[in-house]
Amino acid sequence: MSELSELYQQVILDHNKKPRNFQKLEGANRVSEGFNPLCGDQLTVYMLMDEGLVRDLSFVGTGCAISKAAASMMTQAVKGKTREEAQVLFDEFHRMVTGELDEESEENHLGRLTIFAGVRDYPARVKCASLPWHTMHAALEGEGAVSTEHLGPDITQAVASE
Amino acid sequence: MIATEKTVEEKGTAVEPGAGWDVGRIREDFPVLGQTVNGKPLVYLDNAASAQVPRIVIERGAKYLREEHSNIHRGVHYLSQKATSAFEGAREKVRRFINAREARECIFVRGVTEGVNLVMHGYGRKFVGEGDEIVVSEMEHHSNLVPWQMLCEEKGARLRVIPMNDAGELIMDEFDALLNERTKLVCVGHVSNSLGTVNPVKEIVARAHKVGVPVLVDGAQGAPHLAVDVQDLDCDFYAISGHKMFAPTGSGILYGKAEWLEKMNPFLGGGSMIRTVTFERSTYAAIPDKFEAGTPAIASAIGLGAAIDYLNSIDRAAAQAHEQELLDYATEKLSSIEGVRIIGTAREKASVVAFVIDEVHPHDVGTILDQEGIAIRAGHHCAQPVMQHFGVPATARASFAFYNTKEEVDSLVAAVQKVIEVFA
Repeated sequence: MSELSELYQQVILDHNKKPRNFQKLEGANRVSEGFNPLCGDQLTVYMLMDEGLVRDLSFVGTGCAISKAAASMMTQAVKGKTREEAQVLFDEFHRMVTGELDEESEENHLGRLTIFAGVRDYPARVKCASLPWHTMHAALEGEGAVSTEHLGPDITQAVASE
Repeated sequence: MIATEKTVEEKGTAVEPGAGWDVGRIREDFPVLGQTVNGKPLVYLDNAASAQVPRIVIERGAKYLREEHSNIHRGVHYLSQKATSAFEGAREKVRRFINAREARECIFVRGVTEGVNLVMHGYGRKFVGEGDEIVVSEMEHHSNLVPWQMLCEEKGARLRVIPMNDAGELIMDEFDALLNERTKLVCVGHVSNSLGTVNPVKEIVARAHKVGVPVLVDGAQGAPHLAVDVQDLDCDFYAISGHKMFAPTGSGILYGKAEWLEKMNPFLGGGSMIRTVTFERSTYAAIPDKFEAGTPAIASAIGLGAAIDYLNSIDRAAAQAHEQELLDYATEKLSSIEGVRIIGTAREKASVVAFVIDEVHPHDVGTILDQEGIAIRAGHHCAQPVMQHFGVPATARASFAFYNTKEEVDSLVAAVQKVIEVFA
C-alpha cells in the first residue's frame, strides 16, 4: 500500500480545487455522460471533433478529488490530439490504473498523468480515476453515455449504453 | 436517551452512561476487532452497513457445520432432525426477541430487502390495484422504496411520500394528510440508516390503523439498537437483517401478523412451500412454510439465534446508553470542527452520525480515514432522495455499536482533522 501522500499529491489537490476546462463547451459536437451509481459521481464531457482531431474538450460534474482531477488533467492531455493519439492515451491510462502497465519500465505517452498510478493501490478508487476517461472515450466513439456499472470489476473495457 | 427504550424501564435501573458497561470486556467477544489495518488498530465505525460477529455466533455456526448439518423439514434421520430443531429453535428465539405472538409469524428471509419484496409480492400484488396508494417516507432506504415503485408501476398505483424537515424528522401533520381511503400500505423505517433518526413508528401505526391501513416497518437499523416489541408497536410487518445485529449475512426475519400472512399470496414457489402438487394445480403450506421455498440459509439462521442469545446475555440498556454516549460525544466533537456539517440532527437519534466537510468529497474522506485504520461508509447510503433533500451528492457516515469506544471517536475526530489539513 502506497503512502497517502502518493495518492493525494499536490497536483491532484490543485486540479480538484481549480479544475481546468471546467465548463460547458459551446459548439461541442460530441457530448457524453459518465455515471457511477455506486457513489453518485456524475460528469458530462463535451468534445469538439474536427477532421479526426479533438479540437476542444471540457467537462462539468460532481465527484471526489480523484475523479475531478483525473477529468481536469484528461481534458488537458487529450485536447489537440488526434483520435488515434487519444485512443492510445485512453488505453495506457486505463492499463496503468488497473496495474497492467508499469509506467516506470514500459514506454508510454502518459507524461504527467502518471501521478494517477497510485490509484491502483486503492481498488475502490480505480473507477474514480477512470470514469472521466471512459466518458471521453465514449464521446470519441460517438456514444452518448457510460456507466461504471457496465465496466466490470477490472474495467477492461467501456461498454457504452444507449 | 430514546423514549422507546423499554428495557430501561423494565429493569428499572438508571444506567450511568458508560458506568455499567465494560467495553474492554465486550470487545474480547469480537475477534475481528483485535486486528490492525494499515499499521493502525482497526476502528470499525461501519456498523450500520454490517455489524461484527461475536465469538459465540461464529462457534455456533461452526458447530452446526461440523456436527449437525443436514437439510431441514424433510429427513427422518438423526441429522435432519437435529438441524430442523436448531433452525426452529432460532425462530423461537427471534419470536421472543421481538415479542411476536407466535413463531409462525416469523419468516426467515435473507434480510430486509427480501422481507420487503416478500410483502410487495405477497400483499402488494394481491391487494393493491389501479389508483391505490402506498405511503413511504422521504428517508427510506432504497430497499423500502424501490420495491414499492415497482409495484406502483405494475399496478398503476401511486407512491406518496411523507416529507421530513431539515433536521431529518418526519413531518407528522403531512403524514395525516396523506392517509385516505385509497391508501393500502404505509412503509417506514424504524431508524434511518442515512440520518440516524428514530421515527415515531408506534404513533405512525396508530394513525394508520385509525383509517384501517396496515404498516410495514423496516427494522434493519431498529433491531440492533432498540428494544423491539412488535405487539406493542402493533405494526403489521417488521423486517430485520441479521447481519446488522451481529449475525451472519443471509439471515433475516420478516415478521407479519398471522392474519395478513395467511391472506397473502406466496412469494417464491418451490419445495417446502407446498401442501400438494399435481400438474393441474398446487396448494400451499401453512405459514411460515408458505413463504420459505427452497433450502434456507440454515447455518446463518442458527447464527441469528446465537446472536440473540448473545444480546440477551449482555445488559442491553447499558449497551444502548453507551451507544448514545458515543453518538453524543462524536456529534459534539465533529460539529466543533470548522468546515464540518452534521447531516441529520433529529432530536431522537440512534447510532449514526453523518457529516460532510466543506470542499471535500466524502469518498476522499473515506480513503484518508481508511489509511488511519478507520472504517466508515462514504456515499449515498442507498438513500439518494435523502441526499437530494440536503443538497449533497453523498455523506461520510460513522455508525456505532456497543463495542466501540470513546478513544475510537477521538481517532475519528483526529483523522477528520487530518483530512482538512490535506485538503487545506
